[in-house]
Amino acid sequence: MDKYRPALTRAALAVVPLAFLAVFFAYPVASLVGLGLGGDGPGLGLLTDSGVRHVLWFTVWQAVASTVLTVLVALPGAAVLARFDLPGRAVIRALVTVPFVLPTVVVGAAFLALIGPDGLLGIELDRTVWAILAAHVFFNYAVVVRIVGSVWAQLDRRQEEAARMLGSSRFAAFRRVTLPALRPAIAAASSVVFLFTFTSFGIVQILGGPEYATLEVEIYRRTVYQLDLSGAAVLSLVQFFAVAVLLALDGLLTGKARASRLVEPAPRRPRGRLEWAFVGANLVVLVVLLMAPLAVLVERSFANGLGSWKALASSDSSSVLPVPAWQTVATSLQYAVIATALAVVVGVCAAVVLTRPGRLGGVFGLLLMLPLGTSAVTVGFGFLVALDEPPLDLRDSPLLVPCAQALVAVPFVVRAVLPVLRAIDNRLREAAAVLGAPPLRVWWRVDLPLVWRALAAATGFAFAISLGEFGATVFIARADSPTIPVAIAILLGRPGEVNSGQAMALATILMVLCSVTLVVLDRLRPSNAGGEL
Amino acid sequence: MRAPRLLAVAVVLLAAACSTDTKTDTSTVTLVTHESFVVSKEVLADFQKQSGLTVKILRSGDAGALVNKAVLSKGNPQGDVLFGVDNTFLSRAIDAGIFSAYDPKNLDQVAANLKEGTDGKVAPVDYGDVCVNYDKAYYAKKGIQPPSSFADLLKPAYKNQLVVENPATSSPGLAFLLGSVATYGDTGWKDYWAKLKANGALVVDGWEEAYQQRFTVGSQGKGNRPLVVSYASSPPAEVVYAEKKPADAPSGVVTNTCFRQIEYAGLLDGAANPTGGRKLLDFLLSPQFQKDMPLQMFVYPSVTGTPLPAEFTKYAATPEKPLTLPAADITKNREAWIDEWTNTVLR
Repeated sequence: MDKYRPALTRAALAVVPLAFLAVFFAYPVASLVGLGLGGDGPGLGLLTDSGVRHVLWFTVWQAVASTVLTVLVALPGAAVLARFDLPGRAVIRALVTVPFVLPTVVVGAAFLALIGPDGLLGIELDRTVWAILAAHVFFNYAVVVRIVGSVWAQLDRRQEEAARMLGSSRFAAFRRVTLPALRPAIAAASSVVFLFTFTSFGIVQILGGPEYATLEVEIYRRTVYQLDLSGAAVLSLVQFFAVAVLLALDGLLTGKARASRLVEPAPRRPRGRLEWAFVGANLVVLVVLLMAPLAVLVERSFANGLGSWKALASSDSSSVLPVPAWQTVATSLQYAVIATALAVVVGVCAAVVLTRPGRLGGVFGLLLMLPLGTSAVTVGFGFLVALDEPPLDLRDSPLLVPCAQALVAVPFVVRAVLPVLRAIDNRLREAAAVLGAPPLRVWWRVDLPLVWRALAAATGFAFAISLGEFGATVFIARADSPTIPVAIAILLGRPGEVNSGQAMALATILMVLCSVTLVVLDRLRPSNAGGEL
Repeated sequence: MRAPRLLAVAVVLLAAACSTDTKTDTSTVTLVTHESFVVSKEVLADFQKQSGLTVKILRSGDAGALVNKAVLSKGNPQGDVLFGVDNTFLSRAIDAGIFSAYDPKNLDQVAANLKEGTDGKVAPVDYGDVCVNYDKAYYAKKGIQPPSSFADLLKPAYKNQLVVENPATSSPGLAFLLGSVATYGDTGWKDYWAKLKANGALVVDGWEEAYQQRFTVGSQGKGNRPLVVSYASSPPAEVVYAEKKPADAPSGVVTNTCFRQIEYAGLLDGAANPTGGRKLLDFLLSPQFQKDMPLQMFVYPSVTGTPLPAEFTKYAATPEKPLTLPAADITKNREAWIDEWTNTVLR
């Protein structure tokens, strides 16, 4: 009986994420893809089309290149932030993560100002693959810093030091001792970066121009502009398949490697010329690659002095926004609170279920990650064709926006909480259960005290993600309450300096909100047992 | 047994949490439209007061996405009235049968050429012209004349100066392509584009990027292209949305490149509130709405004799003979033209 009960509890808990995914992901996506495949389309024959093959090839190689480049650039950064005690370390860590949660409409504008024609950096990369790669590094730097850094910070330094005492060079010690210990984390980070760059959309569109298209861009063009649902459905399936394979590989590569017990040496000040040079070089990368685009946005918001900021509060009826711009901040915060609550409930249920993976655990974990690899337009148009009849006529509901945002945030919650839950010694739970505690009390007394820091971090991250989410939000019809990213897109969609200035001011507000959330999150981060955020 | 029941409960709870009651409510009328739809609060409030209706506005995407979404939800539409389908997408909407016929009041005061191809299903609400815009200061400083025609854009003096939108993904882009077809004919337009590309025309995916990031005027001076495909009404918008009102618009319009875009509204087939929808359509052609439109959406009213605001008469260019193509031609050739354009210019 005692053995049977937790299993039953887990089955009951599994219902929440499964129902959520079924209603807001599987059903809409299956409906749209089904609609596309139902027609008399080209079917898999589409894949022999030379244009489509070109897209597939580009999608793969730019993702490989982006991933390699991101890891190469961000790995030293991860070392610096994990090992060295620098002034303002928490703030730097938070700022590094801001790009990850910013909408691409905003980032595209900033990048053009830097590496576009007459860009501030003096090198023109606009309309080249280099621009796409640079932006991908910018976006995903945080993924490597956080995932690899959280392991790096806990590595026992004594092993590396011992190797050096025995005569290894710094590099040899790193290669023989540190690198193998980091390998699972690097694999995990790489697969996440690959997932994001494989499905890259806005960056490829804005910085690459119409000549470049990833699978995601092609699905979008076919769905939105050509209404070629059958072609889009075939490509969606291809993307689905690729992402599923990737995630399954990721599970194999990283699933086993989490058990190692780690110590946590305190970060220390850099010592010696070499270490300072290393830290300095990485800070230069941080400033040029990560801070410069963010600073450009702030600078642009002040291009008219304080005018753009004052305009945010105006309720001028000639404004292109249906509400004064500052209200979009309130709307975004409200949505983000609801989305975060949903994501935490769904994510924690899922993580508890996945703590003891059964036969179906792998499939379930994969299903949770799939929304990240699915084109937003497929989900958005899927809502339109699937959720259109009572009791599921949700198309016009304003709450659909936080539901869609939660879909994006759930995987992050799971990834943050799951490793910590797995690290909890199950004997503690069993002891409590033997002493007669019902499952909920076991969780409350055993799991929660150990997991709450990771949970708080996940909550903050989910909140920041929801604030900046654009792709899914923009496809969902809504009443007169745009979020900040949607308002930015609307404002950039009109001529006139008041509009573009307001867009930049809103982008600055979004950055500040995200930074503050992430700084707070950083303080709550688990100090031991690495969550992945 | 427990799990399936829990599943059912969870689904219903989620559904309840995320749904609101708007169906079977005849006091609400829903307008489905694109991102650029704007109406003054006072004008809308007046209509709501007079009609007793509450107007709910669902904005999303641009004209193309709007039509495609409506086609996908045919028979069970998201709202009662759709506003914003234009003449480049009209045929797709009409062929898909998403509208049910209605002639709003005042439709008889709309010029016949605007009604071409509507088949009685939709009413023209406004029109605008897609034309090349230029940066006045740039050409004044260089001491050269801005271009004045399609042909001028091929001259060395304007090399690397133009930014255009991709017709596959942008409605002004498509309008500009159609303008070139109207000018050079079914046989000459491809040759024109090959030369335009050779002269350094830059193609981007959407208007936002073209205007806000590439054009020297729209980008707060950070773009480097002094010529852009935009609207004849963009110059007055630059004045209205300027921080300090300038004495003159910073941009001008090459009127010989203007292709006329017409925007229509229609009653959606299967509307929950068709009666309210008809009233809303009447409102869109009413003098109040028509007069309000220019400074809200920077387009021209379709109802003849509607007075224009001073900003328009002063700063907007009116092409003497805007380019047009018969709706039937657009229907027949749109996809093929876009494909050929893609092969000529992008590949």
